[in-house]
Amino acid sequence: MFGLALSVFLACAVEAVEAFTIVLAVGTTRGWRAPLAGVGAAALVLAVLIAALGPALTALPLGVLRVVVGGLLLTFGLQWLRKAILRAAGAKDKHDEEAIFRAEEAEAAAAPRPAGFDGYAFAISFKAVLLEGLEVAFIVLTFGANQGDVGLAAAAAGAAVLVVIAVGLALRAPLARVPENAMKFSVGVLLTSFGIFWGAEGAGASWPGGEASLAPLVALVLVASLALVAEIRARPSRPAVTG
Amino acid sequence: MKSARRVLGAVWDFVVGEDPRLALAAIAAIGLTALACAAGLAGWWVAPPVALAVLWVSLRGVRPG
Repeated sequence: MFGLALSVFLACAVEAVEAFTIVLAVGTTRGWRAPLAGVGAAALVLAVLIAALGPALTALPLGVLRVVVGGLLLTFGLQWLRKAILRAAGAKDKHDEEAIFRAEEAEAAAAPRPAGFDGYAFAISFKAVLLEGLEVAFIVLTFGANQGDVGLAAAAAGAAVLVVIAVGLALRAPLARVPENAMKFSVGVLLTSFGIFWGAEGAGASWPGGEASLAPLVALVLVASLALVAEIRARPSRPAVTG
Repeated sequence: MKSARRVLGAVWDFVVGEDPRLALAAIAAIGLTALACAAGLAGWWVAPPVALAVLWVSLRGVRPG
């Protein structure tokens, strides 16, 4: 259960930081009414999605659920891990919340302002929260359904959002100092490990020691990922592009 | 038709992402585990090396900037 709550909390915190940057840029530039309406509408869509799909997933037979959830988590986890390894190895640019904030702020300032409700600010905030939130909804649903506790997963996600909002409002600035890639790396390791564990169980395998084998599995995936980072860093650099 | 294609494209991007080999790795890891179990072997050891090997293959040509 701790693994479930930690994975969902970290994944949600990372996505919330990214959405917060965009909403903050739009809100400080164009006023808060429409962006907050956009955030509320997106949160409602995500809550409906989780409430509708959660019971449907938990109704599946356990073996089928584990194969489906394990396969999806493994696919998703490997994607997160690949991107985090690329960023940690210096082969892909890291997220720069300050730069994203400035770019969003400039776009928001340049967009035309209607006399009534600000559709632009609503749409940008709605899209940011919905797109970042979909990944979280997916993780909440898969982890929650497999552990039979969608409520705990949703609570961990909600707690992460509250922490990000509280810190963000206290600072009134994008959360540029959050170690986003380290968090994404951790989430990638956890999703991949849980995906392997549940996928194999669903396929009929019994892990030695049951759930106790999750800890060495997480350690294996972590060590292999760190080794990949070190190995990529040791490769020759891309030639600089000139002209 | 266009919007259906856009929705399918978004779902593909969301689930499969930048490298389809990683999605295939997930299918292969679970499928091979099922085969090992059906053959009477303890299949738990199959999925970790398959998943990590495909991750390595997916990053093989990458060079730091």
